[in-house]
Amino acid sequence: SSGINAEWPLRPGSFKSTKFQCFHEYIPGNKKFTLEYQVISGGHFDVDCHIMSPDSKKLYNEQRKQYDTFIHTSTEAGEYSFCFSNEFSTFAHKQVYFDLDLGEDDKASPGEQGADAHATALTQLESSAYSIHEALRLVVDYQNHHRLKERIGREIAEYLCERVQNWSIAQTVLIIIVAFGQVFILRKFFDRPMPRGTSSKVGI
Amino acid sequence: LSLSLSLFLSPSLSFSPGKYKVEVHNDKTESFVMKQGVGMHVEVKDPDKNQVLSKYYAYEGQFVFTTHTPGEHYICLSPNSTRWFSGGNRLRVHLNIDVGEHANDYKQIQAKEKLSELQLRVRQLVEQVDQITKEQNYQRIREERFRFTSESTNQRVLWWAVAQTCILLIVGYWQMRHLKGFFEAKKLV
Repeated sequence: SSGINAEWPLRPGSFKSTKFQCFHEYIPGNKKFTLEYQVISGGHFDVDCHIMSPDSKKLYNEQRKQYDTFIHTSTEAGEYSFCFSNEFSTFAHKQVYFDLDLGEDDKASPGEQGADAHATALTQLESSAYSIHEALRLVVDYQNHHRLKERIGREIAEYLCERVQNWSIAQTVLIIIVAFGQVFILRKFFDRPMPRGTSSKVGI
Repeated sequence: LSLSLSLFLSPSLSFSPGKYKVEVHNDKTESFVMKQGVGMHVEVKDPDKNQVLSKYYAYEGQFVFTTHTPGEHYICLSPNSTRWFSGGNRLRVHLNIDVGEHANDYKQIQAKEKLSELQLRVRQLVEQVDQITKEQNYQRIREERFRFTSESTNQRVLWWAVAQTCILLIVGYWQMRHLKGFFEAKKLV
């Protein structure tokens, strides 16, 4: 299948950046296409998404979704816009994975075009081969989802590992500073000259 | 101003050169046109954030790079200067990279090796299965690294808990001894 399969980083809205990051693709008329997206890192893993048809009509508009699939058959040929926004976020940088599937095209589908046009001469072997092909496409799809899930989990785990180290070091340093600080300040209380003047100032 | 995206690539996965084209929005004609002198800087980083490619190209061309590590590769396209699109001009970037199975041109393969439709279909299935196998192998390696990270976190939490408890005890003991000595010297005890 032809399409776009990439991950896109989105800066949070608090930084000066464009409202939406869009990508555009020419889609011929009467063509079924599927947009699938998933936020793979950042904050609450949510993003705004909208799709515009060539005549500037919003085909899809969702706020703060974590993942979604949108299937649509194009009515007119032209440039469709797929836009994502992270404007609502204060600090979190997001990374969005998206996949635009436009169905089979010439290059990747040997025999496909012929099969559609006249479905008569398909032997059992040919139709088995076709169903294997479709099943494998599903496997590749699942693998892709699995890879994304693993990536999300792994990033959290690696971040956790780093955080544990950093905070532990900071805590340890803080303990030592506070311990010495306490003693030092306490000693300072007793170093002030007493009104009675009976204390002998013997330093240690 | 830049266009950055990441692609999952692997040394065992074939992919075509990145073909790109940059157009500048012409306010008068309300369309995007190619403009001489427009140049793009293409930067590609591998999953370990090492630079794999960093070159300047014209407004249209293709860039090639090799991968050594499987994972998310970061591609960044940025204009080489802001001269030719100041004042809020818009840029349009076309980018085309065929990855894995899609990098094969089956029509070409069929013509070169003189395969029938069925043979070509089987050939494609073999490529697909190959891609699936490679991805599974990648996952196996990734899972190993994930497990290593989790075990490392586990160890760190344990080690630091023990270490901090010891430090607290040592420091507490030192405090008492020090203050006792101090007060004894001050003849308050």
